[in-house]
Amino acid sequence: MNACPERIVHLMHEYLDGEISREHELELKSHLQSCVDCQAHMHELSDVVAFVKGAAHVEAPTNFSQNVMARLPKEKSHAGVSRWLRRHPILTAAALFFLFMSSALFSNFHEEQQFSFTKQENVLVEGETVIIPEGQVVKGDLVVRNGDVRIDGELDGNLTVINGSKYMASTAVITGKTEEINEVFDWLWFHIKDGAKEVVSFFDKEETK
Amino acid sequence: MDALINKRIKQVLKGDKDAFAEIVDLYQHRLFQVCFRMLGNRHEAEDIAQEAFVRAFINIHTYDQKRKFSTWLYRIATNLCIDRIRKKKPDFYLDAEVKGTEGLDMYSQIAAADELPEEEIMKLELQDRIQYEISRLPDKYRSAIVLKYMEELSLQEISEILELPLGTVKTRIHRGREFLRKQLSRQPNFL
Ligand SMILES: [Zn+2]
Repeated sequence: MNACPERIVHLMHEYLDGEISREHELELKSHLQSCVDCQAHMHELSDVVAFVKGAAHVEAPTNFSQNVMARLPKEKSHAGVSRWLRRHPILTAAALFFLFMSSALFSNFHEEQQFSFTKQENVLVEGETVIIPEGQVVKGDLVVRNGDVRIDGELDGNLTVINGSKYMASTAVITGKTEEINEVFDWLWFHIKDGAKEVVSFFDKEETK
Repeated sequence: MDALINKRIKQVLKGDKDAFAEIVDLYQHRLFQVCFRMLGNRHEAEDIAQEAFVRAFINIHTYDQKRKFSTWLYRIATNLCIDRIRKKKPDFYLDAEVKGTEGLDMYSQIAAADELPEEEIMKLELQDRIQYEISRLPDKYRSAIVLKYMEELSLQEISEILELPLGTVKTRIHRGREFLRKQLSRQPNFL
């Protein structure tokens, strides 16, 4: 029934997108004047647009924001610590110096520094990065030590990254818990807090100023 | 508004979680609406929209502050919706999609919602009717149509949200409109 060139329908859509050139608009108009079928088609398309635009605005339920806030991951204790350290750069440097000079412990720290990860199916490894490719589902927990992890696909389990970073694509899904551990940091914090009392009392004096 | 958002984002990056609440307040209705129109179910929409904000919070360090925040947020939400829709799809649909066909002949196979008998359709209230017709759209066309006509976004923004070339977005909107036209003209007294 419709023997008109497809081009005319294309022009109709250009028109509806508000992106039609003057020439194309004239071409469309002159065709519509002489073709009842295309007129009807154009009319129906305009009605479709009006129909869809008639959708009422919907609002998020009440308490939506509170529910989101409740779902956010608990602030990692590191965040508080690193904020504190950032606010006190000179003290941090002094503390680090003090600890590095006074403690032989740090040399032990570098022992188990090799890249390792849980062997799982569907996992790719590039250099020292473990990758869950897009569309792949890994079942079970994944632990990556001294390397990074990139998740494009899905991890059906917990993720633990030790001394590394994680990158999540927008397609990433992790059903379990995610934990990032920075051993150097934990080690230092432990010593700042518990090991070196002088350092702590020095910090306390500074804090109350 | 962008200046305010960027300020809040900087606070969140510094570890101030509460600053995120204001971001949620500002975008909650838009995000919920997209999810609702995509998924057709308030309960699921709430779950996915919340998840989108949680993802945004976790990945906030990957957001490029030179770009529009809403675009980034919409992208997270639409990806989650599409994932959710695909998880519910029967296998034949997935197979059909791998071939990458966008032709009209695929319509009957890839329509997402179950078809209602005509007498049931005629009984629907207008708003339910709109949602029903939207939910019948294949998801590729649905996301484009929802962003264009319900969120009233420009084609350029839609192309950035869906990470598709402008030409592909236009094609999807054109096909979406044709799909709806065929749907609606099949039913008497409508168009
Ligand atoms: Zn014609």
